[in-house]
Amino acid sequence: MNLNSPILEIQNLKVSINENEILKSLNLKVNKGEIHAIMGPNGSGKSTFSKVIAGHPAYSVLSGDILFKGSSILDLDPEDRSHLGIFLAFQYPIEIPGVSNEDFLRLAYNSKQKFYNKPEVDPIEFLSIINEKLKLVNMSPLFLSRNVNEGFSGGEKKRNEILQMILLDSEVSILDETDSGLDIDALKIISNGINNFMNENKSIILITHYQRLLDYINPTYVHVMQDGKIIKTGSAELAKELENKGYEWLTV
Amino acid sequence: MVKKSNKVLNKNITKLVNKTYQYGFSTSIEKDIIEKGLNEQTVKLISQKKKEPEFLLNFRLKAYKKWKQMSEPEWAYLKFPQIDYQEIIYYSAPKSQKKLKDLNEVDPELLKTFEKLGISLNEQKRLANVAVDVVFDSVSIGTTFQEELKKSGVIFASISEAIYDYPELIEKYLGSVVPIGDNYFAALNSAVFTDGSFCYIPQNTICPLDLSTYFRINDQQSGQFERTLIVAEKNSKVNYLEGCTAPQYDTNQLHAAVVELVALENANIKYSTVQNWYSGDEFGNGGVYNFVTKRGLCAGANSNISWTQVETGSSITWKYPSCVLVGNRSQGEFYSVALTNNYQQADTGTKMTHIGKHTRSRIISKGISAGKSKNSYRGLVSIMNKALGARNYSQCDSLLIGNLSNANTFPFISVQNSTSKIEHEASTSKIGEEQIFYFLQRGICLEKAVELMISGFCREIFTELPLEFAAEADKLLTLKLEGSVG
Repeated sequence: MNLNSPILEIQNLKVSINENEILKSLNLKVNKGEIHAIMGPNGSGKSTFSKVIAGHPAYSVLSGDILFKGSSILDLDPEDRSHLGIFLAFQYPIEIPGVSNEDFLRLAYNSKQKFYNKPEVDPIEFLSIINEKLKLVNMSPLFLSRNVNEGFSGGEKKRNEILQMILLDSEVSILDETDSGLDIDALKIISNGINNFMNENKSIILITHYQRLLDYINPTYVHVMQDGKIIKTGSAELAKELENKGYEWLTV
Repeated sequence: MVKKSNKVLNKNITKLVNKTYQYGFSTSIEKDIIEKGLNEQTVKLISQKKKEPEFLLNFRLKAYKKWKQMSEPEWAYLKFPQIDYQEIIYYSAPKSQKKLKDLNEVDPELLKTFEKLGISLNEQKRLANVAVDVVFDSVSIGTTFQEELKKSGVIFASISEAIYDYPELIEKYLGSVVPIGDNYFAALNSAVFTDGSFCYIPQNTICPLDLSTYFRINDQQSGQFERTLIVAEKNSKVNYLEGCTAPQYDTNQLHAAVVELVALENANIKYSTVQNWYSGDEFGNGGVYNFVTKRGLCAGANSNISWTQVETGSSITWKYPSCVLVGNRSQGEFYSVALTNNYQQADTGTKMTHIGKHTRSRIISKGISAGKSKNSYRGLVSIMNKALGARNYSQCDSLLIGNLSNANTFPFISVQNSTSKIEHEASTSKIGEEQIFYFLQRGICLEKAVELMISGFCREIFTELPLEFAAEADKLLTLKLEGSVG
């Protein structure tokens, strides 16, 4: 592991699912302390990109590499990538009936503790840890006893994702359309949570369709993805331009 | 191109599924055996060997005659090769059998077996507050805690002993809940049963200990025909635990037990089972055939019978613990988790027969099917015309794991009066790849993920189990299942 390497580097990544090539020679470098926004039309490969980094088994990496702090993670299981500090906030967080949020969060937390040979915390200790984090995303402790994402509103599901990101203190967080389906208040809460979480040792990749999230979170770079590739990179200004002109002018 | 990460996931799953049966071994002990095959002579010989009173011989012979006229039931959603009843050994008892006062007198070989199973009697004696009547093949070897039970007047004995010591109780109650001709397998059991347990809780007595039997099939080709009878007198209460393991063999082993419960006025019987018999290998070879008739009679007013079962073993399970609610305001309960994996087949459920007024029943059934298994819930709620104000609530949930397993629900409801209330709820869910991935992404490994989802699914049932059983059941499911996800 090289400390001078980018925290995440994607090299010429080609990925397919069910024989369909989705990502075609994708390149991206993310350094510590950077926020990257990835925008692009529907079907351009943004969600695939996020799941491949997290190691989703449905996708096949045809060629290229994903480096985390200079080492390839392609051979790592999804849970080990998570332990290293890669976090994916899902676009559609799945419901898990019968499993309480509290148990789920504690297990996730303890899995990481165990991975780093740190002592696991008992349920009572955990309660004081999680209660602190709940405040950061404006959630009531009552929600711990509910089943994971079951019966959650769209906003609650997204807040739950951010809560998990904060709890696991991940180094690279990929937020897949975390802003979609949120009202303006929820958007503010979530943006606040993200901004407070962000520091010079972390990096965040925001996948979004809308400029409005970027009103609250200031990206270091904005990338446009189309047809499985990044076709343009710019500053926060680029997002505003896209908001006005759409994507078509880029491909003309 | 093969998906790399998918391969990893599948590899893990395969490893888990293929965890071999931990209790697959057999003990070599000298045995006393009656030649295989079944005819009137076999029945007489069993009765003779056991030096039984005449009423029991007649009971057996009558049952044998009934059985000969009956044929195997075919309505269950099960497929298995024809059983050759003439190829089965109907009596085998460890030879050097004499009354043992002390566990130290027990064959050390046998004690070793128990230790391997993790149920060393010494351990049990010291640690658990549980009296154990261990059935080894067909004859009871050691019974503990007799003295303590005796003080409160509770009888807990092997049924063979009870036949000598309490013949009038046996004659009165044996076959009173499950008549000898009730069904094919019950008739067979009535003809050839070799041992089992008998419990009698006298009036106004709360049994001071949970009573427990560990069943164990040891002899290859020896069918196991257990007979259990529990009688709870007026205002009495008892918890009964049954747990099973069996050694690994290639040939199928037939098990046809009968369990009868009788609850008189205000009596309360809670019967819990954790079953983990050899279920065959990953290709579906071998495994125990389990055809069990379990029925409880709530004979008295305000009586209560509750069945809780965690079924994880056997290649074939045919089992419907039932309640006949005769006493007014009596209550029957059925809580079940049935887990099938690989090629296992389970057709299990319950019957609640409401006869008395204001009788109530509650059915919670959880079926988990993984691998290529078939898991069916079959239930009958029958409300008779005199059962005014009867209530039933049924809930049947199925959980599918993988794409090749099969879950079915066959609920039958028959109501003959208009003052009753019946509710039925059912659900089917699946542990899918996306749920697993969600766990993995949060750093939680596959085993833990499955464990958490399964125990969440089964929580309602596990809370019904006695504490020591609940922990065991949780572990057992994870061990058995842990598989075929994705």
